[in-house]
Parts: sequence; structure tokens; C-alpha cells
Amino acid sequence: MALTVVFGMLAGAVNAAHAGPYEDALAGFTTDDFSDTANAVDAVVASGSPLAGTVIQALHDGNLLFSATAKKVYIKKDSGEVLDAETGKPIAGTPPDDTDNVRLNNRLRNIVDSAIGALTLMAPDADKRYDAAQSVFKSRPESARPALEKAIAAEKVARVKTAMQQARAALILSASDTSAADKVAAIAVISERGDQDSLGLLDSMSQGQPPEVAQAVTAAKAKINRTLAIWNTVQNLWYGLSLGSVLLLAAIGLAITFGVMGVINMAHGEMVMIGAYVTFVVQEVIRQRYPGLFDYSLTIALPLAFVVAALVGIVIERTVIRFLYGRPLETLLATWGISLVLQQAVRSIFGPTNKEVGNPSWMSGAFDLGGITITYNRMWIIVFTGIVFVALLAMLRFTRLGLEMRAVTQNRRMAAAVGIRTARIDALTFGLGSGIAGIAGVALSQIDNVSPNLGQGYIIDSFMVVVFGGVGNLWGTLVGALTLGIANKFLEPFAGAVLGKIAILVFIILFIQKRPRGMFALKGRAIEA
Amino acid sequence: MMTSHPLIRMLDRGSTLFLILLGAFAIAVPVLNLLVPAGSSLHVTTYYVALFGKYICYGLLALSIDLIWGYVGILSLGHGAFFALGGYAMGMYLMRQIGTRGVYANPILPDFMVFLNWKELPIFWYGFNHFAYAMLMVLLVPGLLAFVFGWFAFRSRVTGVYLSIITQAMTYALLLGFFRNNFGFGGNNGLTDFKDILGFNVQAEGTRNALLVMSCLMLAICFLVCRAIVTSKLGKVLIGIRDAESRTRFLGYRVESYKLFVFTVSACMAGIAGALYVPQVGIINPGEFAPANSIEAVIWVAVGGRGTLTGAVLGALVVNYAKTFFTSGFLAPYWLFMLGALFIGTTLLMPRGIIGTYNNWRSGQRDKSEAAASAAAEDGEIVDPPQPAPQPSAAE
Repeated sequence: MALTVVFGMLAGAVNAAHAGPYEDALAGFTTDDFSDTANAVDAVVASGSPLAGTVIQALHDGNLLFSATAKKVYIKKDSGEVLDAETGKPIAGTPPDDTDNVRLNNRLRNIVDSAIGALTLMAPDADKRYDAAQSVFKSRPESARPALEKAIAAEKVARVKTAMQQARAALILSASDTSAADKVAAIAVISERGDQDSLGLLDSMSQGQPPEVAQAVTAAKAKINRTLAIWNTVQNLWYGLSLGSVLLLAAIGLAITFGVMGVINMAHGEMVMIGAYVTFVVQEVIRQRYPGLFDYSLTIALPLAFVVAALVGIVIERTVIRFLYGRPLETLLATWGISLVLQQAVRSIFGPTNKEVGNPSWMSGAFDLGGITITYNRMWIIVFTGIVFVALLAMLRFTRLGLEMRAVTQNRRMAAAVGIRTARIDALTFGLGSGIAGIAGVALSQIDNVSPNLGQGYIIDSFMVVVFGGVGNLWGTLVGALTLGIANKFLEPFAGAVLGKIAILVFIILFIQKRPRGMFALKGRAIEA
Repeated sequence: MMTSHPLIRMLDRGSTLFLILLGAFAIAVPVLNLLVPAGSSLHVTTYYVALFGKYICYGLLALSIDLIWGYVGILSLGHGAFFALGGYAMGMYLMRQIGTRGVYANPILPDFMVFLNWKELPIFWYGFNHFAYAMLMVLLVPGLLAFVFGWFAFRSRVTGVYLSIITQAMTYALLLGFFRNNFGFGGNNGLTDFKDILGFNVQAEGTRNALLVMSCLMLAICFLVCRAIVTSKLGKVLIGIRDAESRTRFLGYRVESYKLFVFTVSACMAGIAGALYVPQVGIINPGEFAPANSIEAVIWVAVGGRGTLTGAVLGALVVNYAKTFFTSGFLAPYWLFMLGALFIGTTLLMPRGIIGTYNNWRSGQRDKSEAAASAAAEDGEIVDPPQPAPQPSAAE
């Protein structure tokens, strides 16, 4: 036994004599000792060998083998092939009998993870390098320093280089042996970054620093806090815009039917739900028959959802609502009944549970813009809402149907007198409002649970938007939806989500007292019916 | 007829019949439950006593809605909120009565407060250990909310569907609030696990029967109050407001004061209904504030016949019995279809409801024009204005 150890040490010394730092480092894996393995990981990373990444990844995946007798390290590939870690070439024959996995414990796993982070600093993909720099910034492994220095020297992309310099500054700050001047310089770099992580880093080093460093920390923190406050406002605005666009999408169809026909459609939320279920069905068909089309599923679902919801709407108008004109309160009750029937019908067909509607690839993921993260699905919904809104405005303004709808809104009898078939306009308006609710459902299926209760969650909010914005005016609906969305998000940090919502409801109830017909009320005879 | 004694006007044939039936019911159920032996086919089990008690409370809620919808034309979609507030006031009294018998055996704090680590009783819980104070709150809290809400709404002439929508927003806001733990009303779980009321065990047969009789009594009293209101001169003004608000205003009546008075009275009645409901079902939770509940209560009135006080109660009983019947059997998945169809069918095919349709048919049997006119004037029943062809009202 003792002999073996001595021999092993000798062998190591011999290796060191004739091989580079990488080969030396590999020897550390053969002792089956956790602290040797840790040192070996650091040494492999520091060596800068082209094989370093493969070895560390294999270690991470549990595919790194060693043989204590042969003093060799192997990489097992998924195919079963075994490579020599020194050369990266397949070995001849089979590995020795005592070959075993290099074992890991939790401390080692952390070391391995940060080593992978350090190694990806040299990855060919700029995004990967950027992510690696960020992860070094967050975990601050001392061992990554040499790799980071090397990466900074080689880096060409400005964005990535900045991130790496910030990571280096973080390493400098957390190192124990840094001079005060270096620290001040590093703090300046960190303060440029100006996010929550850098604030946390500065917080962690507030005690026991030389006066000039402490001063720099305080100044940097103040600067970061200012930046954060600005980004926080921007973020609230963005979230508010996002919520507002969802509200607008849900409410805009309601605004049309309410504006043109004076009809309260309590089943409006169910039209949204129908749109969401159309999306679900389309995606199911695509999954089973044409998996390649998945990215186009929403594009296919949009027109279908519009048509299905519009048809349901027209049927409702022709069979129920047209008999109740002039009795708005009864219409309200009857459409509530319709909403119950539709919910239960969907529950019977699709079951009461949530249905999974997938995000196409172009709608999943997120990107960073300054200090905020923007998810693609929210962004596309805002864009989509804008398109729907503009299209609807254009339709009302430039088409024959739009002209007739506006005429009926302003003066129904006069419109009838000049030859507009008002009953037909009513049916089409109701169909249009319902169809728009249907395409709102397609969008909402991307951010909300698709269940029979989907519509119920939006109906009260939609009413609030319409009532707040004023009836018969799409701009009112737009302003109403965005105001409510943004106000909601700005209230949330102070009052919490629920109290914020209650505050908005109370505000609207009071607002209605002041302006009973909303912000943008129609003027003239039409309103005093 | 118009010059007859107010009491006679109040108690026309339908009303007298209703009160007699209600009285008979209030006597028969306890007798059949307590005195008839359990084996007998006439025996009413305690389960049904509690169930009937619940129906009577719903009847009272429907009555309160009918008073404002049927006679003033205010469609409140938030009456469930007043009902629930009355229920919470009663629930708070019942919680304080638990005393040391709770899981944590705290003599002052209800279990949920101990659970949430609260050290002392919030101020708004003070006094609820006294029954009289709690009963005052049952009337005062819904009444005050209705008064403040109505004062704002009616003064600025919020009418029609706008009013309906903001009453719905009101109950929705309360729903969200009462779901919160730090509101101090037990959050999600609400108030439950009651032990006794005025020293009697709430679970005991005797108490249940007493609560049923009490519910019937309160229903009768509220019914008489409603009749007194709608048959008085005040009632005539109310019907005027319902049918032509602007004209009534131009005749010199302060429309908003009339509306506010009736709205507040109606909210107090809903509060009483809630207070009687809670000890009989044994729980009050924020779910009672759900807007759907309030709309469902409106459909009871529509089914029974709006503008006919007896119809509202009848509608509540019929719909709720149907609900119990259908949701307990294999037909359960279809109940929402039926409820939905009830909403659609009633508004489309039977806008006067059961009693309204019956009255109409009977007066049609009699001398047509005169009888119809006088019955309408007398009962304040809704007479359809001649409608040439249904037309949407533009941009309401």
C-alpha cells in the first residue's frame, strides 16, 4: 500500500517533468480524493487547454473515469467509446480493470459549475460568453480570475467585454488581498452596471474598509439606487402597458356592442374563452397531424377564433338579444344565462381542468432591455393589441359597414330612415364584437390558464374599462384600458395586488359619480334616451 | 278602493294568503319535526328544517331585491354584498360566543386570529359579544354602506345598466377584500365552527326550529314593511320613478331621496336575511360576495315575478328547491344548463314571472281593460308599455 503511494507520487513527479500544466492537472483526478479533485478542476481551468471544457463537462455529467493503477483519466462518451483525457483520442483496447468514476460531492459540484462558467467565457457564441460573464459576476469564484483575464484580452464584442470587466471588478472586490486603489477603480466599474446584483455586492462589503473605499461604496450605492428607481418606473410602465393591452383586448369588443347597441353582454367573457379553446383545438390538431406547423398555430387559430366566436355571437343576437332590445336589464340577465350555458357546455366537452396551450418558439423566452426583462409573449400581445385597435378604427372609419355602424350609434331612427338595415347592422356589430373577443382569447391563451372560467376573470375588468372610458368611443376604451392597467401596476408596490385592485374599483365607482358616462362621453341627444 | 283604510290596502287577497301560508309553514315544520316520531312518514328531518330555513332567508333576500327592482327599477347586482355583510355581523357574534371552546382555547380571540399570531382583538370586533349590538350592526352596516353608495350614485344620476355594473364592482371589491387574511374576518375560510347562539346550541334541533320560525317571522315583518311602502303614497312615487324618472323629477319630487330611502331599507332587509342565514348553514365565507350569487338572486325575483312581492319569495323557493334537487343527483352536471336556460327563458318568454303571468291571466279572465288598469294601479305591477317593435336604445 505505502509502496503504491510512493510509486504514485513518483509517477506524478515524472509526469510533471515531461508534460504541460494540463497533464499535471489531470493527475489530480486519479487519487480519488475530494480536495485533490477540487484542485485538479481549478488547475484544468487555469491550464487553458482546448480539452479543458470536455473534461470538466464530463466530470459534471459523471462521465469522467480514472484508473489509479494506470494513472490515467478517461472520458466515456454516450456512445460507449472511451477517450484518453490527455489526448482526446479514443484509446486502443479496453481501459484497465480498476477504472471507476471520479466522484463528486456537493462542494465539488459547485466548483464544477463555476468552472464550467469560467470555461464558457471562451465559447464561440457571444451570448454564451455573456451569460458566462454574468454567472461569474453572480457566483464570484476566485478560480475564474485567470480564465476571465484571458477572455477579456481576447474579447471583441463590446457588450460582452463590458460584462466581463464588471465580472472581473466583482472578483477584485471579493478577493481578500486587493489594494484600496484597485477597489475604488473596481467600484467605479460596478456602479456603471447599476442593478440589484451590484447593489448586493456593494452591500456585502460595507464593513471594515479603508475610508476612501467606504466613500466610493456609498457614492456608488447612491448612483445605483437612482438608476434602479428609474428602471423601476420604466418596468412599472411596461407592466402597466402590458396589463392595459390585455384589458383593451378583452374590452374592445364589449365597447363596440355596448356603444352601438346599448347592450350589456355578460357572455362577452365566454367569447374570449371560446377563442382560447379554438387555439387549444388548433394546437391539438397540429400536434397530432402536422407537428412542423406548430410555430404557425396562432396564425391559423386567429381567423378561426374570429369566425367561430363571431358566429356564436350572431346566433346569440338572432335568437335571444334581438327580442330584448329596449330592455337593457333583461338583456343583462339573459346574456348572463347564456354565459352559464356556454361555460357548462365547454366544461362538458373539454372537462373542467386547465388545458395546456403552448407558446410557439417566437413567443417564448425573454430579452433584457437595460434594467428590465421583457418577455416575448407580453411584447407580442402589446403589438397585436395595437394592430387590432388600428384595424378596428380603420374599419369603422373607412368601410361601408363602419359608416353604417357609426350612423346607427348616433341616431338609429334616422339611420333607418335613410335606408340602413339596422337589424342587419345589429347582428353584424354583435358578430364583430364577439369575433374580436375571440381573437382576444387567442392572445390570452398565451398568458393565462385556458379553463372554462377564463372569461369570468375578465368580464368585470372589461366593464370597468368600458364604463371608465366612455361608451361609443374606441379612444375612450384605449385610454381607459391603459390608465387602469398602469395605475394598477403603480399601486401594486404600495398596496399589494389585491388592495391595488380594490382601490381601482373604488376609484371607478367614485369616478362614475362625477362623470356618469365615462371620460369620453358621447354628446347630444342620443345619450338622454 | 283608493280611499279604503291603509291596512286593507296593504293586505289584499294575495298578501293575506301569503301570510297565512307562511304562518302555517312556520308552525307545521317544527311540529312535524319535533312532535311527530322519527319513524312516521309525516316526520320532517332536521336536515330539511335547516334547508327550509335557508330557503326562507333566500326568500327574504329576494324580497329585498324585488322592492328596489320591481318598484323603483334599480337593478342591483350587489345585493349579495349586503346579505353577506349581515351574515358577517352575525358570524362575528357567533365567533365571540365560542369563547374558550375553540381549538386554541383563547377566551377573547377567535381561532383564526390566534393562528395568525394576533395579540389583541381589532377595534371593529369590539362589542360583538353582545347580541343586541351585533343585531344593530346587522342592520347598520349594510344600511350604511347602501346609504353612502346610494347617496353618491343617485345624486349624480347613475342609472340603468351603469348602476348595475357599479353595484357589481362593489360586491367584487368586497369579495377581494374579505379574501385577505389581514382584513380581520378570517380570510379565505371565513367564520365557522359556531357553538351557540344566545346560549342555545346552534346544532340542536330546538334551535334550528326556532331559527326557522324566526326567519319566517322576519320574512313576514319585512313583507309587511314592503307592502306598507308600496301601497302608500310613497309607493306611488316610486312606481312613477320606475316608469318615467325624468317626468317624476319634473313634477317636483326629489327622485334621489326616494331612491336612497328604498335602497337603504332594502339593504337592511338583505342584511337581516344574511344574519338569519349564517347560524342555519353554520358558515359565512367571502364566497357569499361573489357577483354570481347576486345575479342568481335577481333571477329568483324574475322567475317569481318582479313587482309582485309574493312572487319574489315564491321564485326564491322554487329555484332553490330545484337547485337542491338537481345538484344532488345524477343531473348535477346539467344544473348550470338549466339555470342558464332559466335566465334566458324567463326574460324571453315569461318576463312577468309566475305570479305576474298568473295575475295577468286572471285579470284577463275578468273584465279586461278596467280590471287590468285598476290591478296595475293597486299592486304597482308592471304593465308593459305598448312597444311597437323592439329597438335597441342607441348608446345608452
